[in-house]
Amino acid sequence: MEFSGVWTLAETRGSELKQVSFELLTRGRKLADKLGVPLSSIVIGNRVSGESLDELIKRGADRIYLVQSEELEHFLVETYSNILSRLIETYKPEIVIAAATTTGRTLMPHVSMKVHAGLTADCTDLDIEEGTNILLQTRPAIGGNILATIKTPQHRPQMATVRPRSTRPAPYDQDRTGEIIKISLDRTLIDDRVTWMGFRKGDMEEVDIQAADVVVSGGKGLKKAENFKLIENLAASLNGVVGASRDTVDRGWISYPHQVGLSGKTVTPRLYVAAGISGAIQHLAGMKTADTIVAINIDPDAQIFKVCDFGIVGDLFEIIPMINERLKEVDEQ
Amino acid sequence: MNIVIPIKQVPETSNVKMDEKTGTMIREGVESIVNPLDLYSIEIGIQLKERLGGKITVISMGPPSAEKALKEALSMGCDHGVLITGREFAGSDTWSTSYALAEAIRRIGNYHLVICGERATDGDTGQVGPGIASFLDIPLATYVSGITGVSSDHLEVERLVEGGYEQLRLQLPAMVTVVKEISYPRLPTLRGKQKARITEIQNLSSGDLNLDPSRTGLEGSPTRVVNIEVPTVVRNGTIRFAKDEESTARAVDEFLAMLKSKELI
Repeated sequence: MEFSGVWTLAETRGSELKQVSFELLTRGRKLADKLGVPLSSIVIGNRVSGESLDELIKRGADRIYLVQSEELEHFLVETYSNILSRLIETYKPEIVIAAATTTGRTLMPHVSMKVHAGLTADCTDLDIEEGTNILLQTRPAIGGNILATIKTPQHRPQMATVRPRSTRPAPYDQDRTGEIIKISLDRTLIDDRVTWMGFRKGDMEEVDIQAADVVVSGGKGLKKAENFKLIENLAASLNGVVGASRDTVDRGWISYPHQVGLSGKTVTPRLYVAAGISGAIQHLAGMKTADTIVAINIDPDAQIFKVCDFGIVGDLFEIIPMINERLKEVDEQ
Repeated sequence: MNIVIPIKQVPETSNVKMDEKTGTMIREGVESIVNPLDLYSIEIGIQLKERLGGKITVISMGPPSAEKALKEALSMGCDHGVLITGREFAGSDTWSTSYALAEAIRRIGNYHLVICGERATDGDTGQVGPGIASFLDIPLATYVSGITGVSSDHLEVERLVEGGYEQLRLQLPAMVTVVKEISYPRLPTLRGKQKARITEIQNLSSGDLNLDPSRTGLEGSPTRVVNIEVPTVVRNGTIRFAKDEESTARAVDEFLAMLKSKELI
């Protein structure tokens, strides 16, 4: 049997699906349409709600392969890998895409080894090569300094992970229909060598820069930790959150959850303000999909000015306080 | 507890310079170092050895010069070094790298725990740790931030996931990949360096490991890099210069007007 069809891997949280499950459909739909093949979403979990499954169809899935059981409530790589490998061997998809989350980044390599598939991590772009119909996978490499395009000429499936929030969820279409294929769990696939013991919420700072509409990020140009105050003020007046470049996190000026970029988080806000950030490719990889990018930097040659929609060349210590002042006036009006 | 720690030698990439014309890294003057994230797996391995006894074997795949990375791990407190090396490994992607490392670990044998860093700073995939566990068919916990319990046949860990920490209990032998939070790497000691100097690194070829040529090196690698480019993302936005108070005020006005027009304020 020929390998055919595009799969995306949904992620569950209890009976719900994580948003990334719908983002992956955006990626998958484009590839499936180019190839003229069905798009399927794989759901492994326990008691996933009917509404969630329906939403996968409304947002682009033609088929859902659903494997549910009490033992699958929590992600355990051994069992999930046995199941996904079995599904791949049975239904032979040509492409499998998952999120570059702690789950996807654990499960995908585990499975790719078993089925001898090519896997490319953290792709920023996925496309189909004309003529050959091979998946072209683009990812930043060497610390984000270059973009490498990778393909898997012979082995199938072609597997890839993409960053959460690097695309928007696929649009909801009330009229879409699809099919749910329920697959009963073959209990020999359950691996009992690992037990899920529990979960505790992190005492990490409550900052979710990925969910914010506005992100104001500071870079090396701030010169010292205390000056992040300026960024915080600006973020507050714009109802946004504080982001940061890798340099500032490495220097200990701000904590890691704020880091935007290849080695931090990918954000797609409506407004991204980069202050004192030169715009290394490693940073751009994390924010280039923002709707509007604003740059403030003293160096007119800074890379960030090439990617911004609006840039101010000048001293951020003069410019940001003035913006804050003016925003306060706007607020009071 | 006998521990195996796979490590990688990587170019010091925090300050990479690129050749804009060819899109390749300028390697001249770039130092080779132990993958910084592997220092955490080495450290936690040594801590476990100090508590529980046993031996640590560090293993790497790479050119003969990767011996230096293994020696550094020995100088921190590891006991044995194994280097998988040979031309036949050139062009290995994460699949055939995981395969070769797994076969070598099988050969070393008598291990209870394999510890990997989260990922290497050059390839940045984080795939080889899970890959080795898959080939060895041993339990796996990734992104481990703490080891909360050890017995003769089990390991309890916390792993850092989105929004918090997950607690897992794994039957040994097992593989964990660790994040920075787990430890603070020690520096090599003078005595450690002396010991490392006289400790011989064991070299293994694909022949020594009886590897299947169709699973080794470029031949065994499903993926191919087909294009490399220095990315250009250009939006051609509006640029304003804020040289003095007046031009700054003008730029800020325009900025606020733009925000307003896009309904951002």
